[in-house]
This record gives sequence, C-alpha cells and structure tokens, in this order.
Amino acid sequence: MKGVRFADHVDAGDPAELARRYRDEGADEIVIYDITASAEARSVDFKWLEQVSRALDVPLCVAGGIRTLAQAIACLEHGADKVSINSPALERPDFIDELARSAGSQCVVVGVDSRLVDGAWRVFQYTGSESAVRPAERETLDWIAEAQERGAGEIVLNCMDSDGVRAGYDIAQLRAARARLTIPLVASGGAGSAEDFAAVFRGADVSGALAASVFHSGRVGVAQAKAAVRAAGFEVRL
Amino acid sequence: MSVAVVKLGIGNTASVLFALERLGVRARLTDDAREIAESERVILPGVGAAAHAMALLEQKGLRGVLACFTRPMLGICLGQQLLFDASDEGDARGLGLLKGRVTRLAATPRSPAPHMGWSKLLSLRPHALLEGVREGDYAYFVHSFVCPESDATLADAEYGARFPATVGQGNIMGCQFHPERSGSVGARVLGNFLALPW
Repeated sequence: MKGVRFADHVDAGDPAELARRYRDEGADEIVIYDITASAEARSVDFKWLEQVSRALDVPLCVAGGIRTLAQAIACLEHGADKVSINSPALERPDFIDELARSAGSQCVVVGVDSRLVDGAWRVFQYTGSESAVRPAERETLDWIAEAQERGAGEIVLNCMDSDGVRAGYDIAQLRAARARLTIPLVASGGAGSAEDFAAVFRGADVSGALAASVFHSGRVGVAQAKAAVRAAGFEVRL
Repeated sequence: MSVAVVKLGIGNTASVLFALERLGVRARLTDDAREIAESERVILPGVGAAAHAMALLEQKGLRGVLACFTRPMLGICLGQQLLFDASDEGDARGLGLLKGRVTRLAATPRSPAPHMGWSKLLSLRPHALLEGVREGDYAYFVHSFVCPESDATLADAEYGARFPATVGQGNIMGCQFHPERSGSVGARVLGNFLALPW
C-alpha cells in the first residue's frame, strides 16, 4: 500500500511531515511524485528528498523529470531507494536499460500513464501539465512488456480514465497488464473507498496499490484500506 | 562507535546511513581498506549486481579486509549474498565466508520477480541479532536472488519458496531484507547489530 504526494495542482502539505504521517498509518512504501518536473524540464529537488528520507524507515521511491543516469544516482545518494521514470523513458527507452545495468532492476520503476483511445489502451506523456500532455504513440500493453524486457523491476500503471474519479481502479486494464508481465505490477488511479483496494487485489492480482488524493483528503485512511485488503483474504502488513 | 558502510558503487546507501543516524550512530561511507579494517562494525550494503559488486571489491582491494574482519559484519541484501561462496548472478565468486551458492528466485504467477515488498520473518532461531523480533514480524525485501539454506540461517521468509531472510555465523551476519527500510523491526535488527557484545 503506497501513499503518494502529487506535487500537484493542490499542495498536499509538507512532504516530510506527510510521508511520516502515512508511515505511521502503515503505508508500505512512500512514492513522491514531482509530477510537473518533466513537463517543466527539471528534476526533483534533492533537499526535500533528503529531508523525507531521513525521517522515513519504509521504502521511498521518487519520480519526476529523472532523465539522466547522473540524476538517478543523485536521487539514490540523497536517500531514494528506487527511482520511477515515465516521460523520459518514452523519450529514450535505452534509459531503462542503462539504469537497470548500473543501479540494478530493483531500483528501476517504470511509470505509465494510460487511457482507452479508440478501443485500445494507449500511453500518454507529460501528463503533469495540462498544456504539455500528449499521446506517446504507443500501445500500453506493448510498452510495459518492452519496459520489462529492458530491465524495469516494477511497473506502476496509472489508469488516467479512472484517476481522480474515485470510482475504483481500472481492473480490466490492470488485469490485461498483469497478463503481459512477470515483474510486479502496481495499480494506480481511481481509489475512492477502502473496498476499492480489496477489489483491485482480487480482480487484477496486482502486487501493490498506490493512491494519492483519497489519502490526502482523509476520505480513506491507509490503515482502513489495508484492513479491507486483509479482510478480503490477502496478506498485508498491518 | 565507529561503523564503516562499504562504498561500492550505486545504491541506496544514503538510506542505510540515515537509519544508523536515527539510532544515534554517525557511520562513515568509505572504500578505504584501512578505515574499514579499523572500524568496530562493518556494513556491506546491497548494491547492483553480484558480479559487478565483487569486481568493485577486488578493484578497491577490499576482498582481503572483509574476509579477515574479526568484528561484527553485516551484509544487507546483495551484501548478504556476497558473504557466500558464489552466486549464479553473473557467475560471481563471493567472499566465501559462508558456504553455498546464491541462486535465482523463481518467478511464479503468484509471485512476480523481483520480490519487492513486505514478507514475514519465519522460523526464527534464537540469536542476539533477532533480540525482540517476533515470529511473523514483517520486513521489506527487494531482490531477485536468494541465499542457500544452511546452519547459518537465522530466519526464513517465503515468496514463491522459502529462503533465508537473515543469516549469522560467528561475526558474520546478513539480512536479505532491508533493515534500513523495515520500520521498527528493521531498526531493532540494526540496533541489535550495533549492540552485539564484542
């Protein structure tokens, strides 16, 4: 179960404080997305990364505009355990191979933003900014298989059609993605209730479920979401 | 207390340093053979792939120092795997401090690899490293290879199959999980390691 801060249109608060709060509520991993970084052609802010990492004793993944090996290494050196790459991997897919070769696949998460267009799930790029977002001219299921082939250790599939709608995860898409992968798949986008978390483990056999706004708004607590997953018969750390 | 964290290349070593800092210890990230040899504790963190990490250890002239170290040494993740004779990952020769060969974790539909997540510590044996850790406590794992079972196994974990989650033999100890990212359980293990009577 993952708590996320989208450094987003709405400021969700001080990242270190928020990360620590989610950790105390039982989040299994904290993911920090500086989602406008790629669209604004900059990388993550190392100062706050280090602050968050110092305060945290659960895994920390960072994402946002990491497009060179040097930037990825700098993230690890400032306290990240994994880096998640999205638009930069689409710009230059070899980046996935390079990162996996130097840092190991376990450090490499590939994030994918995807939505249904004309009957096929397609990848979108620069989704952090409404003016920059555009289709990446790739089909989602092919892209995640390629990312895995290139050395990704985990795929986070953010289903844009359900993102922010709070009507549940996109189980059909996630199930199709699961069938194409041997590496862990993490669901993202759509959580609106504690039961949604149980439903995605049941329906799509994912390795993890990531959520942001539903936790930030206080609508569902991390502990409450995890209790629902455990009640549905899945092993989860409480 | 002087604690050396071996600097091997690219990895989450900062997380390890921060975890030690939370326990009140300012560790040194170093690849200096002499500094390592003189430390009261050595931590070999998990970094990249086995063959690459061993090549770096050889290049830096650290194999001998680590193999001869007589005070408590803790390998984390890949660091634990390097304590063994050899690894299937890049056909690497390890430090040979523990017997056996590291093998690939088999991916199954129910257990996609790498194993990335929290798993229970099982079949705990009494050992100072696990003081205060209970059967079924969760620890955080990130790995694609597993160490062989042996007399050195102190606890197992299960993901697809059972494998050693933590090992210990004399002054040599290892965690397949990441104590620096395993919440209060991990902090307990690191604290125990620092507090070992030696």
